[in-house]
Amino acid sequence: MKDGDHVVAGGCLFTRTPMALVREVLRQRRAGLTLSRNLMCTEGELMMAAGAVNRVVTAWMSIGLPWGVSKVMRHYVETGKVALEEWSHLAFGLRFRAAGMGVPFLPALTMLGSDLMGVGGMKTIADPYTGETLAAVPALFPDVALLHVSRADRFGNCQIDGYPHMDNDMARAAATVIVTTEELVTDEEIRRRPDRTVIPGFLVDALVLAPFGAYPHEVWGRYHADFDHFAEYTADIDARGVTTAVADYLAKYVHAPTTFEDYLDLFGGERLKRAQDAARELVPGVSSAHA
Amino acid sequence: MATTTVTPSELLAVMGSRQLKDDTTVFAGVGVPLLAAALAQQRHAPKLTMVIEGGIIGPQIRPGRLPVSTNEMRAAHRAQMLPGITDTFLYAQRGFLDYGFMGGAQIDQYGNINTSVVGSDYWKPKVRLPGTGGANDIASLCREVFILTAHEKRRFVPRVDFVTSPAWLSGDGARRKAGLLFGGVSRVVTTLGIFGFEPETRRMRIEATHPGVTVEQIRDNTGFPLGEVERVAVTDPPSDDELSMLRALDPERRFLG
Repeated sequence: MKDGDHVVAGGCLFTRTPMALVREVLRQRRAGLTLSRNLMCTEGELMMAAGAVNRVVTAWMSIGLPWGVSKVMRHYVETGKVALEEWSHLAFGLRFRAAGMGVPFLPALTMLGSDLMGVGGMKTIADPYTGETLAAVPALFPDVALLHVSRADRFGNCQIDGYPHMDNDMARAAATVIVTTEELVTDEEIRRRPDRTVIPGFLVDALVLAPFGAYPHEVWGRYHADFDHFAEYTADIDARGVTTAVADYLAKYVHAPTTFEDYLDLFGGERLKRAQDAARELVPGVSSAHA
Repeated sequence: MATTTVTPSELLAVMGSRQLKDDTTVFAGVGVPLLAAALAQQRHAPKLTMVIEGGIIGPQIRPGRLPVSTNEMRAAHRAQMLPGITDTFLYAQRGFLDYGFMGGAQIDQYGNINTSVVGSDYWKPKVRLPGTGGANDIASLCREVFILTAHEKRRFVPRVDFVTSPAWLSGDGARRKAGLLFGGVSRVVTTLGIFGFEPETRRMRIEATHPGVTVEQIRDNTGFPLGEVERVAVTDPPSDDELSMLRALDPERRFLG
């Protein structure tokens, strides 16, 4: 990855977010990035506050209903420091599908007539058969896709449990694909369940084993999102303001830990186990052979 | 008639649930829309299929485990299919979604909704709101849309600052002309009453008031002139039965207030 790249992050909101990769991008102090993600959560906030992005492309941004409208987003967008380019959720997905299909656009029936059309510059096209007006959703080819998956083999064949979200289209669309995985499995194990593979290894440029690689966000059947952590983070923003609170958060959670283990130690084993138990209670039977 | 006080969210959930017919499909967001759909499913629409934009078909509500987002584990409880986000919306584009529920920061006389920016310049917003999420797609692609909202003058504006989600646009055939083949907002369910749209002009009109609410009171709380149907109805208040079922779905009162 280099400064100025267009980066897309997989998962959705606080689910299967490639947080370990996002922290590494921030640790390397990348700048001038465009970050795309269909529903943007704390990873987008941290990128904004760290000065890593000058544009985000999304359909929606905040942590989630209980935590209110994102004060970080409001601060950086309302002061003009970061541009927020908004697309509808479906149009956003079709941008990656078009790119993943290798075509310049896909016709669609969404966003038509709305003011969203002008924001990202979407054009219409006349159906060559009937003359009907269609949205011509432009393909989005990111420089880099950062993805976090449930399991992969050493060749980069990836399987995702639970919600597939848009990761498979993003992997096809991006020039470079970097993946973290909860679990590294044998070639044999992937071949035993090829129906579960959603990203073939030949799309993947780099693969990193990173259990808890989405934490404090969640991964299907493995660990629940840390809502208490979100509450502490937003309470600190409420109390001390966006710039001070998030700068301290970045210092503590991104720059201070020298290893991934050091990062997890900030939460502690008890807390991580509670997150695992909560996930197993909601979705039994997913946990890996190595857990 | 219920003997206990009904909260605004309870009123919207009950009135919203009554809009849903059996053997249909509904796009429901988290919070009150999901509760409205679940209540309908338990009472009069057992064959209702809920669809959630995180990529979920046929989930069921587990009391005390209500999701706060459309794509977390809790939202998929006992789901029938997890097709991915893009494909979920494409079922709607193909015409398979009968209903959609929506809310919004601003609503205008044609039912258009703004959830993007307050202020006249998108790139220099006075207030930046979270954005469309799937709302624009639901408004564009469901066969019928119901808006569920608190009724406040600052919300009901003559013209929204930004059309995030299209209902009837500028009225009079504008929606079809823009290329939207079907759908549109059919009802606006608020804390004061139920509203529809004049068939010709597509301007909002009063169809029913909730018990104890006057037409004048509604007009005073609306930022644009409202038409009204010849005989404005009065809604039946939430029954004890509806309320007890609804309250059992959200025992922690996470969304019911």
